Amino acid sequence: MIDYNVAPFEVVRDYDKCVNCRVCERQCSNEVHHYEEGFGKMISDSAKCVDCQRCVCLCPTKALKIVPNQNAFRPNANWQQKYLTEIYKQAESGGVLLSSMGNPEPFPVYFDKILINASQVTNPSIDPLREPMETRVFLGAKPQTIERDASGKIVTKLPPRLKLSMPVMFSAMSYGSISYNAHAALARAAEKLGIYYNTGEGGLHKDFYKYSANTIVQVASGRFGVHKDYLEDGAAIEIKIGQGAKPGIGGHLPGAKIVGDVSKTRMIPEGSDAVSPAPHHDIYSIEDLRQLVYSIKEATEYKKPVIVKIAAVHNVAAIASGIARSGADIIAIDGFRGGTGAAPTRIRDNVGIPIELALGSVDQRLREENIRDNVSLVVAGSIRSSADVVKAICLGADAVYIGSASLVAMGCHLCRTCNYGKCNWGIATQRPDLVKRLNPDIAAERLINMLTAWNHEIQEMMGGMGINSIEALRGNRLMLRGVGLNERELAVLGIKHAGEV
Amino acid sequence: MKYNGKTYKVNEINDAIKAAGGTATLTEVLGERFIACGLKEGVVTIEGTPGNALGAYLDGAKIIVHGNGQDAVGDTMNEGKIVIHGSVGDTLGYAMRGGKIFVRDNVCYRAGVHIKEYGDKVPVIVIGGTAGCFLGEYMAGGVVIVLNKDNAKDPIADYTGVGMYGGKIVVRAESLDTVLPEQIKCRRMENGELSAFTPYIKEYCSEFGRADPKLWTGTVYLLQPDSNNPYKRLYTNN
Repeated sequence: MIDYNVAPFEVVRDYDKCVNCRVCERQCSNEVHHYEEGFGKMISDSAKCVDCQRCVCLCPTKALKIVPNQNAFRPNANWQQKYLTEIYKQAESGGVLLSSMGNPEPFPVYFDKILINASQVTNPSIDPLREPMETRVFLGAKPQTIERDASGKIVTKLPPRLKLSMPVMFSAMSYGSISYNAHAALARAAEKLGIYYNTGEGGLHKDFYKYSANTIVQVASGRFGVHKDYLEDGAAIEIKIGQGAKPGIGGHLPGAKIVGDVSKTRMIPEGSDAVSPAPHHDIYSIEDLRQLVYSIKEATEYKKPVIVKIAAVHNVAAIASGIARSGADIIAIDGFRGGTGAAPTRIRDNVGIPIELALGSVDQRLREENIRDNVSLVVAGSIRSSADVVKAICLGADAVYIGSASLVAMGCHLCRTCNYGKCNWGIATQRPDLVKRLNPDIAAERLINMLTAWNHEIQEMMGGMGINSIEALRGNRLMLRGVGLNERELAVLGIKHAGEV
Repeated sequence: MKYNGKTYKVNEINDAIKAAGGTATLTEVLGERFIACGLKEGVVTIEGTPGNALGAYLDGAKIIVHGNGQDAVGDTMNEGKIVIHGSVGDTLGYAMRGGKIFVRDNVCYRAGVHIKEYGDKVPVIVIGGTAGCFLGEYMAGGVVIVLNKDNAKDPIADYTGVGMYGGKIVVRAESLDTVLPEQIKCRRMENGELSAFTPYIKEYCSEFGRADPKLWTGTVYLLQPDSNNPYKRLYTNN
């Protein structure tokens, strides 16, 4: 049968530099490279390459590079090569196209059209290297009234909260979608940094119960791995309603990934699929959501904040308004660029809205309704840098979740083939030989390095604005200006255009 | 401990149950939700009608209800036992992963949705009467038995086992006219096969004080999914 597809990438080997050490061959789980005895040299099959850059990084003589395949279909502004290729795949297989990581399509990135303010002359900026600068954040409901007991003393019992040393947490990524070592690195880094990581819907491996003070446990529609001890073990409990990469649909972890400890942690037999249905079948309304929130609170004696995570969709502000009245302490909103271990391509690339616009409208809506302090807002999908963090906070977020950025810190090159299960970086795989490539100590150190640097940068930007507490930055839209945005976009974001006073 | 829950907030009821070591009798219960959530030990006896999410995340305790249950009884239950001397509402035992639930009479929609099993941890739901639509939807493991004690013509309803990819649904019925989803294999059980489920029937009889040998006579059907990898061929890597 004719293969209508052409390789998207081309492996280019500089034979003057190649010493036939065969490192590339051993490193590539996609079996791109092999040594051809007859020719006495390394040969590459570009068709199998996913451009993960593993061989490029490990080649001792830097003899390799991966470039886009210059072979071109006849140019067509409408029928781009991608559409033809996808049709060929579907015509051959009859399958739903499956992709990984966040939406790569050229939609506007609003963070890149927003600029941050700084002080000049009239109010002094602050040097964070010399002066105290507060990036600590508490997440949870904030009481709006002062209560006194019978003797007139102020009741100081507060609702349960999360304490973060900086306004960043690691997003939900399940054990199963990512490896044991990747989870270990996230847990260790969260503990060292004084922040939190999130189990995702896959239960919690028994080895990681010791990080409970820095763990957010997730309850999703499949309820995999959920039981009393698991709920007890989390510092907070997150009800997952939706995910930015695939709003409105569930998840199917294929049986091939349900092996060994993944099977044990999820409590389903090896080799069986793990199907998370699209809805929670006990939640069809805000009232039903309230019931799940309170059943969790009852089971954990009101000691832990409950997070409700939703995908950013068209009516996100109204939904968030409902959640803020459901008894939830924190709302997490995941934008349409959020990552995933696997999602149908069409859903990932066409469903949901940008997080910047969702955040702008949710924060404004909750303020208008005087319920903003009922909840904290955490946003995700996608936060790529400390500047994105600062902009998100100015737009009203209390903190952000980072998923893709944390994977990149561990070595991910965003080749977007997590769904193959053959991650050469040892992150999105359960193959023992690949998992062991990721050293959890080194990966944890890299995560700590990245976020320590981000925290310095956040402090620098805050200092530049003359602000010494991140609380004073939250929802501070005067610190933002848009460039190249139209009036509707500016109104939704709630910011002025650059040049406006 | 005796407790009249009528004038108390539910968390006070749960605090009192825990303070009494898990063993309590609640009388005049009328719709209080979340009773015995996550309870690990003891026996909670309830007179009246408990509200939704009774025994959610139950982790070892036993709950006996002299009356009907509402929605989400035993939601995400892990261990223990729930006995209902009456009928229950929707989503009985949602995502249950261990323990047993016995309902003397009927259950409404979506009982046993997404229950799962692992090793010797096999959740069991025994329904004395009939079940509503979507029984065992997304079921990934465990056992659901519909005894049909009053010999109804259709003891199960439409969409039973839809999306099911593990576990067993056992239905006692003269004939099974219900339209079942394509992926469900349904067959009459041989006499020898029934013995695997007899202990659960005996437990049902002893819980409800029945000594009814007729409960396990007649035709019994076994419903199982045709694959535990239902979506293997659905996708193509892009």
